[in-house]
Amino acid sequence: MQPLIELHGVSKSFGGLKAVAGLTASIPRGEVVGLVGPNGSGKTTALNLITGNLTADSGAIVFDGRNIERQGAHRIARAGIARTFQLVRVMPTMTLAENVAIGAMFGAQPCSPAEAQERALPLLARVGLAARADQRAASLTYIDQKRLELARALAAHPQLLLLDEWLAGLNPTELKDGIALIASLARDGLTIVMVEHVMDAIRALCSRCIVMNAGTKIAEGTPAEALADPDVVKAYLGDDDA
Amino acid sequence: MIARNWTLKDWAFPLVVLGGAALLAPLPAVAGSYWMALLVNILMYSVLATAWALFSGPTHYVSLATAAFFGLGAYTMAFLGEKLPLPLVYPAAALIGAVVATVVGLSTLRLSGVYFVIFTFGLAELVRQLVTWGEAKFGGTVGRFVFIDVNQQGIFWMLLGLLALVLLVGYAIQRSRLGWALRAIGEDETVARHSGIDTTVSKVAVFVVSATFMTVVGAVMAPRWTYIDPSIAFNPIISFQVLIMALLGGAARLYGPILGVVPLAILFEILQANFPNSFSILLGLTFLVIVYFVPNGVVGLIDQGRDKIARAVGRRPHPAE
Ligand SMILES: Nc1ncnc2c1ncn2[C@@H]1O[C@H](COP(=O)(O)OP(=O)(O)OP(=O)(O)O)[C@@H](O)[C@H]1O
Ligand SMILES: [Mg+2]
Repeated sequence: MQPLIELHGVSKSFGGLKAVAGLTASIPRGEVVGLVGPNGSGKTTALNLITGNLTADSGAIVFDGRNIERQGAHRIARAGIARTFQLVRVMPTMTLAENVAIGAMFGAQPCSPAEAQERALPLLARVGLAARADQRAASLTYIDQKRLELARALAAHPQLLLLDEWLAGLNPTELKDGIALIASLARDGLTIVMVEHVMDAIRALCSRCIVMNAGTKIAEGTPAEALADPDVVKAYLGDDDA
Repeated sequence: MIARNWTLKDWAFPLVVLGGAALLAPLPAVAGSYWMALLVNILMYSVLATAWALFSGPTHYVSLATAAFFGLGAYTMAFLGEKLPLPLVYPAAALIGAVVATVVGLSTLRLSGVYFVIFTFGLAELVRQLVTWGEAKFGGTVGRFVFIDVNQQGIFWMLLGLLALVLLVGYAIQRSRLGWALRAIGEDETVARHSGIDTTVSKVAVFVVSATFMTVVGAVMAPRWTYIDPSIAFNPIISFQVLIMALLGGAARLYGPILGVVPLAILFEILQANFPNSFSILLGLTFLVIVYFVPNGVVGLIDQGRDKIARAVGRRPHPAE
């Protein structure tokens, strides 16, 4: 079967810095793929390129058979790619229900404001925030804001969900719940790419794992294989990373 | 179409607007010329400030282009008032305002924050200089007389109609997907784009609606002056006054700006009559006092008061707190 998304030699520089350098990867439908690598290896930049937050200098990105590397962020979102942000972003003075309604209203299955607000409630329940639907997003703790972001992303009815360190900063109990939640999304058939430093989560959730260093892919395979790769060990020890 | 599943509550705002307009409509019959002048002034700023808040309220893009569009409207009347039948001049002004706002919107709404503010301010100056240059080059004079037979009452009724219309249009936008898109843009534009909102189209659309109202107000007001030149029609003070009024009232609610217009229009009238030479300084002081003491506007004070009362009588506090 054709992969859901493919990156062909995608590059992006900031001034002289090659943040992503000829990245090629493909994500099969219905899988949870881990995207790991040392700090500054280009993971977030790769997500920004996929979602149209940044435009690639060169290379192609094919989502569901269509080239999206020159589309604006809003078209990519409507095409079925949703994300959360490494530095959490909520709409602070809107209520939780309104935050999620925005995701539903303009996503892959657009709808009226009234319907969007109805769709928001079950999603808030799914991330454990139903009781606070009428509170302002700014009143939530950082962790709860991350949950809210996930509900907003899910409201868009995506085919592909991109999580940027969504599990970072959770305590052990929260981590367990978080992993269970992502697993349940995967069971529903959602394709997920998760950038993560929590290796236990990668091992628990991902069928495959892509390791990046200095903007390129240095290893790929099952988490056990990829993380045992000598290049990966070297990259994490840092003697390769300029 | 929109109204199919409206409840009584949904009709409340439109009914209050239309009822209010009907109540105010007979005022010219009883008001003397001093009061009429003040009422026209209040209505003019009410339309301008409400139109301003239509766009700048939800998006938080602060526009200082009010004077540019207002002046364009005034000049449209000055140019076309004697050439076209009067009922065609207003739509012509609306069209010109809409076209200019589309061009300006498409070229500037990619700018963020302070750059947008500065650009819109520059725009008013640019248009003013262009008109001055064009008048001197092709018209031979800089000023123009506007001899158009519209009396104070006519102006009053047109402004009242415009105020009702801008409030109703604002209400329709606020409840639509477009209104939600604008709020999302004001909250976090990156999130808005990644949620599927075409931020450029949304911003330009409402910027154009807002600017069109401002332009028509300019056309309506021009006959009142009998003489205009670019420094009157494109006076940047208009942009600042509209901004202060909308901020004092509160741009978070449709009716908010009007709550700021009424006291400030009266205050500015008094200041201008008594201290014409230090008016700009007093305007600046008013600005500071408002931003410092009423940061969320009168609307914010009303919400606070309501929460306090709700708590005092033991009800649950406002959920949005
Ligand atoms: N907007 C930007 N402008 C300039 N440089 C940037 C920008 N975004 C990222 N970079 C640089 O590009 C490189 C890759 O950054 P990126 O955020 O993609 O790394 P990452 O793998 O997500 O790291 P982390 O694990 O710390 O989140 C870094 O050196 C970073 O400083
Ligand atoms: Mg990152």
